[in-house]
Amino acid sequence: MSETTELALRDVSHARRQVDWPHLALWVIVVGFGLKLAWAAAQNPAFEWKVVGHWFFDPTILRGLSVTLGLTVVSMAIGVVVGVLLAVARMSSSRLFRGIAWGYIWFFRGTPLLVQLIFWYNMSTLFSTVSLGVPFGPAFVTWKTNDLITPLTAAFCGLALNEAAYMAEIVRGGLLSIDPGQMDTARAFGMTHGRALRRIVIPQAMRAIIPPTGNQLISMIKATSLVSVIAMADLLYSVQAVYNRNFEVIPLLMVAVIWYLLITSLLNVGQGFIERRFARGDRNTKVAEPA
Amino acid sequence: MSDESMRGAAPLVCARDVHKAYHGVPVLKGIDLDVAAGETVAILGPSGSGKSTFLRCVNHLERIDRGYITVAGEQIGYALRHGRLYELSERAAARQRRRVGMVFQSFNLYPHMNVLQNLIEAPVGVHGVPRAEAEAYAMELLGRVGLDHRARAYPRQLSGGQQQRVAIARALAIRPELILFDEPTSALDPELVGEVLAVMKELAGQGLTMIVVTHEIGFAREAADRVAFMDGGQIVESGPPGEVLVAPQQARTRAFLSRFI
Repeated sequence: MSETTELALRDVSHARRQVDWPHLALWVIVVGFGLKLAWAAAQNPAFEWKVVGHWFFDPTILRGLSVTLGLTVVSMAIGVVVGVLLAVARMSSSRLFRGIAWGYIWFFRGTPLLVQLIFWYNMSTLFSTVSLGVPFGPAFVTWKTNDLITPLTAAFCGLALNEAAYMAEIVRGGLLSIDPGQMDTARAFGMTHGRALRRIVIPQAMRAIIPPTGNQLISMIKATSLVSVIAMADLLYSVQAVYNRNFEVIPLLMVAVIWYLLITSLLNVGQGFIERRFARGDRNTKVAEPA
Repeated sequence: MSDESMRGAAPLVCARDVHKAYHGVPVLKGIDLDVAAGETVAILGPSGSGKSTFLRCVNHLERIDRGYITVAGEQIGYALRHGRLYELSERAAARQRRRVGMVFQSFNLYPHMNVLQNLIEAPVGVHGVPRAEAEAYAMELLGRVGLDHRARAYPRQLSGGQQQRVAIARALAIRPELILFDEPTSALDPELVGEVLAVMKELAGQGLTMIVVTHEIGFAREAADRVAFMDGGQIVESGPPGEVLVAPQQARTRAFLSRFI
């Protein structure tokens, strides 16, 4: 065979893709199942989609939704800020700061969130007043605990302080993933430790911090439903309040489920944007889509 | 140890009896070294001889256990007050490092910033130079290392040699009195070493004060004013390259150099 015909035959640019029959069959089965499932759910009268539609934008539900979103955003924001401070403290050269961060994380990760929420809510039975002053000395200002701790502040304290402990470990993992040479370089160029963290180390660590933080955020949305025990009317609580009156349990739970899924989907899209932003400087600028 | 004292002006860098141990293992055992302003000193020696450690002590990235180091008359990491010696706070130590540039073996460019941002980070953020002025000077420096056309590229998009030239420009961008080079060509592919050495030779010729830890005997011979040979945590021999590299007095220096011929 001559050189040219050999090339014409073997040139990989003409290669065809083989049809993968078993894989194709799997596609058909999975799509079929999915359609059947959707059809069954749509046809089944027990779902009562009319009721779902009726309550979906009901003011009670929307108020619950706004409480859920508000609690999530504020608690997460506080949790991230405190978490970053704890992570830096945990890696500090000061034994005092390391000790404080360790103790904090030990306590807040080691006890159930539900218990923490109930403790915050019932703080006034433990301490009737809260004062600012010299330990064992005079107090400058004193508040009644019952004035400080409303269901709302109890919910923020419980959710945010618990979240901070988890965020601290996530941030610490991110900081540990950065080459120590980056910190050396920043210091060699006259940056203080804080500036080096802010400008050089943390922006790089963000790539490792964001995916687990997205996870935490999604967990947080669902964890907010625990605040119903301290009489906060979040999304799930509002739904329960409605079905306790009209007994439409399944359709109202479907309302909550669809709202939770909608929020989560939005967050996934947002996470994708943020990940691409922090992937700057990467040789492969494409970033895997969040799961 | 040998100490070619600079007749007249005080040396820019002055190290006296510098000792350092890691976990009880001595790494530096009494280093004495003077570097005059405008001088290029090459530190040669086998791996593990303490060359890089000494360099990191000069800008207090590592603390020393005994002796002292001064740069431009100021003691590094410590301050004398009323006849007593105090260790500097982290903030004051950071301020001292502003005048010293450093180039690392593995470049250590900031990967999340482009080349221009890498160059202006310290001038703008630490020295308070107006951004426009810092950028203009950064572009001039990039021109000098032949990379002004790559100002918007990210470090990972550059070859090793290009990254190290950017790192050198970054060290120059703070208008340093002294630049420390920590094995600047050791992480490079052989064909990329030349471009980095060419930039360094040019700088040495322009009167910049440089301490260069290197394995490049050729660079030491051509560009250094003085060569210090280190072994076992001490400076075994030091002098002009024409003497130390051509007719070494010490057996350890001869043994080391014989491997390169």
